[in-house]
Amino acid sequence: PLPPCLPIFLHPLSSSSLSPHLPPPLSSSSLSPSTPSSSSSPSPSFSPSSPSSASFLIVSIGGDHGGSDLCCSPSLHHRFTKKVRIIEPLLILLRNCTYELSYELVNFFAFKKCFVNLDPGPLLSSVSLSLTSFRMTFCGIGCNKYVEANISQKSRTTVKYTMKTLASIAETIIFIFLGISAVDKSKWAWDTGLISCTLIFIFVFRALGVVMQTWVLNWFRLVPLDKIDQVVMSYGGLRGAVAFALVVLLDAERVPAKDYFVATTIIVVFFTVMFQGLTIKPLVNWLKVPRATNRKPTINEEIHERAFDHCLTAVEDIAGLNGYHHWRDKWEQFDKNYLSKLLLRKSVYRKSELWEVYQKINIRDAISVIDQGGNVLTSARLSLPSMASRASFPEVTNVTNYLRENGSGVCLDLQVIDNVPGAKVEEESETHHFLAGNLYKPRRRQTLHDSGDHERQDREIFQRNMKSRMETFKTTRHKRHSHKKDRSQKRGSDVKEQDLNDKPRRNVSWQDKDPVVVPVESEDEKGEHLEPEKEEDVGITFVARKVPDTPKERPKSVPAGLEVCQSPSMAPPSPTCSERNLPWKGGIGTLPVCVSMEATKIIPIDLQQAWNQSISSLESLASPPGPVEPLHPRVSALSRLGGQRPVSYSGSGVSGSGFGSRGAGSIVAQGIARFEFPPGGEEKEEEEGALSDQEQELQPLMSSSVRPPGRRRNPCVYLRSLVTAPPPGSEPLARSRGPTQL
Amino acid sequence: MGSTNSTLSKIPNVEELMQETGFTPAHIVRLYDRFEALDKEKTGHLRPQDFGAINRLAMNPIGDRIIGAFFSPGQETVDFHSFVRILAHFRPADKKRPKDPSMPEPVNSRTSKLKFAFQLYDQDKDGKISRAELLQVLRSMLEMQVTEEQLESIADRTIQEADLDKDDAISFEEFRKSLEKVNIDHKMSIRFLR
Repeated sequence: PLPPCLPIFLHPLSSSSLSPHLPPPLSSSSLSPSTPSSSSSPSPSFSPSSPSSASFLIVSIGGDHGGSDLCCSPSLHHRFTKKVRIIEPLLILLRNCTYELSYELVNFFAFKKCFVNLDPGPLLSSVSLSLTSFRMTFCGIGCNKYVEANISQKSRTTVKYTMKTLASIAETIIFIFLGISAVDKSKWAWDTGLISCTLIFIFVFRALGVVMQTWVLNWFRLVPLDKIDQVVMSYGGLRGAVAFALVVLLDAERVPAKDYFVATTIIVVFFTVMFQGLTIKPLVNWLKVPRATNRKPTINEEIHERAFDHCLTAVEDIAGLNGYHHWRDKWEQFDKNYLSKLLLRKSVYRKSELWEVYQKINIRDAISVIDQGGNVLTSARLSLPSMASRASFPEVTNVTNYLRENGSGVCLDLQVIDNVPGAKVEEESETHHFLAGNLYKPRRRQTLHDSGDHERQDREIFQRNMKSRMETFKTTRHKRHSHKKDRSQKRGSDVKEQDLNDKPRRNVSWQDKDPVVVPVESEDEKGEHLEPEKEEDVGITFVARKVPDTPKERPKSVPAGLEVCQSPSMAPPSPTCSERNLPWKGGIGTLPVCVSMEATKIIPIDLQQAWNQSISSLESLASPPGPVEPLHPRVSALSRLGGQRPVSYSGSGVSGSGFGSRGAGSIVAQGIARFEFPPGGEEKEEEEGALSDQEQELQPLMSSSVRPPGRRRNPCVYLRSLVTAPPPGSEPLARSRGPTQL
Repeated sequence: MGSTNSTLSKIPNVEELMQETGFTPAHIVRLYDRFEALDKEKTGHLRPQDFGAINRLAMNPIGDRIIGAFFSPGQETVDFHSFVRILAHFRPADKKRPKDPSMPEPVNSRTSKLKFAFQLYDQDKDGKISRAELLQVLRSMLEMQVTEEQLESIADRTIQEADLDKDDAISFEEFRKSLEKVNIDHKMSIRFLR
């Protein structure tokens, strides 16, 4: 079974070795089955009954013509495959096959007729074999450029990897056979003399051949090949699978010494592949051969190299030399004016190579920037939110695909990267916020599953507001914990708008772990402040009371609030009911701000707005990739209430309530007043007025993207500010006006 | 060859020329023939119009800059010596040249080649390639194939890549540095047929 199988494997191997470029020309079954009169050489025109010499002529001429004809047709075919991209790889891989097979079938019989009686049959068949392979090679080389330009990137990849796979499969199988033959004594016969002489000769004659050819070539070369190049070339002659396959294909009847040849070839293959193959690398290192450096292409080099080419062409023209550049330039003109117009698709034809290079460089840079968490702005003003994590495959894929398709628009704003210190941290916190905002929604829904369906919507509004209030009062840590718990609840529905679908889960965990952005708050703190809070309030003893007093209040208030929320531990339904009777509707103190565990999990709408604001801020390019802008003056105010992180917010309008620097506090106070908190005293002023103020402030808050992007804020601060809850009362109200926010 | 010698004798200061540029006598003779072919009016000097007569040069995007490079600033004509000297820039560098610091930099060394190329870009001779100059070159090279704003983004990116001292222009040193990995000897040499 050995010989018949080999040709099949040799076919793709030879094709890939013959043609390093895409698409590789598929050489026909050049080593076709071992019949004496086999290997008909395809030729477009054949005459079955021509004499042998005429057949030979036809073979050779047909070889050349067939090559050029076949060269044009693949390219032409591919020019029209834009709408049917899926068949491009098939066309490439199969076209030449089908041509070859059809020709061969037709010519096989012709040859058989001519050669069956002639002895030179084998000779001619081998000649025609080589002609066939030449034909296919030149066809491939010729049409490579056009076909490659016409087909899509995916088709290119497909063809490339198909051929590589086939080649490596073929090579592997051949080597398996080689190994089997080596072990199987019946297949070979040992002759020491032949083997040793062969080994010596392959070295000697190869070196000789290289030296002679180099000597001839150096007459014509600009940069002559020096000794080291010649040494490497002669030492690098590895004989492998092809040699073995050929020798096994020998016909034992015609070549009685086949077994000796097989043995010799096996030894030669072993020797060259193993010994020479293993030692060539140390040799190259020892000789200090300059290696090819894998350098990043720069647009500078491209431009200047092109300019040099033009320059040299001009100089050659001036000096009257019809040199290399002169002819090359002539060919390029011809190609541009005639061939490309005919063979290339219109959209491809118009592209300039320099522009292509530029795009590639840009895309490469943009991708690496995104991977590192930078920001890329396209000329289409679509800002791509930075991907903080390398693990975000879907996003990166989208981004990179987008960039690949629309490379022309990508304009890497390096300034942005340079000016943002610690961008990664900021990006992480930013995405954290976004996710938190988006995570929120599904959770909310889930926690409401116990309530009825219709009133749920109303309740949801209130509940959301409540929850958002609760949320901001909590410590980060607690939030983290609750998030952790929540995440398990939240399944499926990922309301994440765009492409951060995987982020929510991931980032939540990140956020939980991140000690940098969020200050770690000790349980002790939480605990100790809980008591005083509880004493003072029956209902939700939010920090509001404490907040204006001490700088440390905020974080503590959060735990306090949290604890308070937890203490009632009501089931979801109750909160909703209580939320219904929100303070501004009436009573004071009756509201059990009950924030159950679920409530704590809700992320305030603030984040939602934060997200939108950040988007707009990113788009504006004015602000480096920072976290959401000081979106809510309320939030900022709250952070100020907390006081630990002095955030200088201009508090647009928030401070209007009269707090001055504590403007936010008033809002908080106001909000808290809604919940009947005994605020630090300022709450009185607000019952209604504050409400309206708050509503006004909250309105834009709710309605996202209305707020002008504020000042850039330290992400840490922002996060903390989230912790301080905006007055829950006001929020629900505003919520009711803008339920769509959620 | 007889004709070579007779031609050589017609050229003044041949020895010095050969010494300076490194051309062989055969090269010089060939170039002289070419010079005479271009110099239709036999004035012994070439004018820009003579260069313009070369048809293929008109199609070259930077053809006019090359022609300009032959003429030293202020000069209207090129004599044979300058002609040869400029062309000598494009000779392949001699690898075996002993590194003699006292001798002036040979005309076909890497640095000289780069300087020549730099002058192609830097038309106003201020020692820097400004963005406008770069845009001009790009425009002439790419012409109809890309839009103006694409050209500008390429130019911006080029300057960004090469400009190390942030002066929004490329000086000769920066130019050289950006091309340090390119085999200039290969890219800027033509083979003068023997």
